[in-house]
Amino acid sequence: MMKRSTLDLWVGAFVMMGLGALLFLSLKVANLSSFNGGDTYPVYASFDNIGGLKVRAAVKSAGVVVGRVTAIEFDNQTFEARVRMDLESRYVFPKDTAAKILTSGLLGDQYIGLSAGGDIANLKPGDTLKITQSAVVLENLIGQFLYSKAAEGTEKKP
Amino acid sequence: MSARLAAVVADVGARVVSAVWRIGFASRFFWLMLRHSGTALRRFPLTVREIYFAGVLSLIIIVVSGLFVGMVLGLQGYDTLARYGSAEALGVLVALSLVRELGPVVAALLFASRAGSAITAEIGLMKATEQLDAMEIMAVDPIARVVAPRFWGGVISMPLLAALFSATGIFGGYLVGVVLIGVDAGSFWSQMQAAVDFREDVWNGVIKSIVFGVVVTWIAVFEGYDAPPTAEGVSGATTRTVVTSSLAVLGFDFILTALMFRGV
Repeated sequence: MMKRSTLDLWVGAFVMMGLGALLFLSLKVANLSSFNGGDTYPVYASFDNIGGLKVRAAVKSAGVVVGRVTAIEFDNQTFEARVRMDLESRYVFPKDTAAKILTSGLLGDQYIGLSAGGDIANLKPGDTLKITQSAVVLENLIGQFLYSKAAEGTEKKP
Repeated sequence: MSARLAAVVADVGARVVSAVWRIGFASRFFWLMLRHSGTALRRFPLTVREIYFAGVLSLIIIVVSGLFVGMVLGLQGYDTLARYGSAEALGVLVALSLVRELGPVVAALLFASRAGSAITAEIGLMKATEQLDAMEIMAVDPIARVVAPRFWGGVISMPLLAALFSATGIFGGYLVGVVLIGVDAGSFWSQMQAAVDFREDVWNGVIKSIVFGVVVTWIAVFEGYDAPPTAEGVSGATTRTVVTSSLAVLGFDFILTALMFRGV
């Protein structure tokens, strides 16, 4: 048994190093510590068009991440997309907060931007945001542009 | 003419039958190994000794290769990303490619050639020198005493080695990207942290490396146990271990990647 002790030491050091590497990957690389800490509360919002929004996309207010999108589903009654987001409990927002789907950078990920309103009452868990703005879809934008150009052309002719 | 054709058909048939026979034997062997794992886990020093041979002795090659793979990723990634004016995303590129793919896969390939071949050669030689038979005569089950500890040693070592590979690789990417080229350290880490998810990326990488560990060590111990008990047979089995387990790692990697990252 005494003979084995150096070998045990090596194996112990190896296992510690491996677990340390895993810890490094989860804490420093994946930044696990920052999201799982606090409690969250769910808030819903309906959009005409969510564009390329994905589950786990960030919910930001004033550029600060305040939550995550946790579910996206199609509502067959209103034919709209219903998005569930979990906001961190330490952030509270007025009831008339508006949600917009925005894009980070020109071609970056899409996220939900919240802009706070002026209501005195705050959002409660399970509330639905009333004011929403859909994602900008490039095809629609180009279509509108062409349409308005064409309209200009016909106005000038007579 | 027809006799020669019949001989060819018989040859192909014999190869197919022997391949199927080997797969069946390997599966039965796997089951037997799991059933006899109790000893390996109860007499843990046996497994610790195998972790030393499979894991600790593979440490240097894993760490050095990880460092160099990360540094090359840093150089190549910077070159490509700088063209699109997004050199700050270098951390994302290095971390995601290492954690999802290169870490588990390259570590498993190195592990197969460094530790898998050694396991096959050791068990094959024990068989060739009739040590396994001697154990059986002494009523010691060679699967419980020799095979299972090596299997568990490999399975435990593999995820740790893959994690070390990824971590040193990210450090290598940091060395080249931030220290050498001068990408901003803040955006290197913060973009990485924003893009890498624990469950989606890190944990899936760990699952991959566990699967690779099982596959590689299973093939290694089986080839050793099944090796013809001659010098030639052992050398052939060692070669087969490296070839088969490398191919199996790449094949399983494709399947696991297709299952895990469908880009929802």
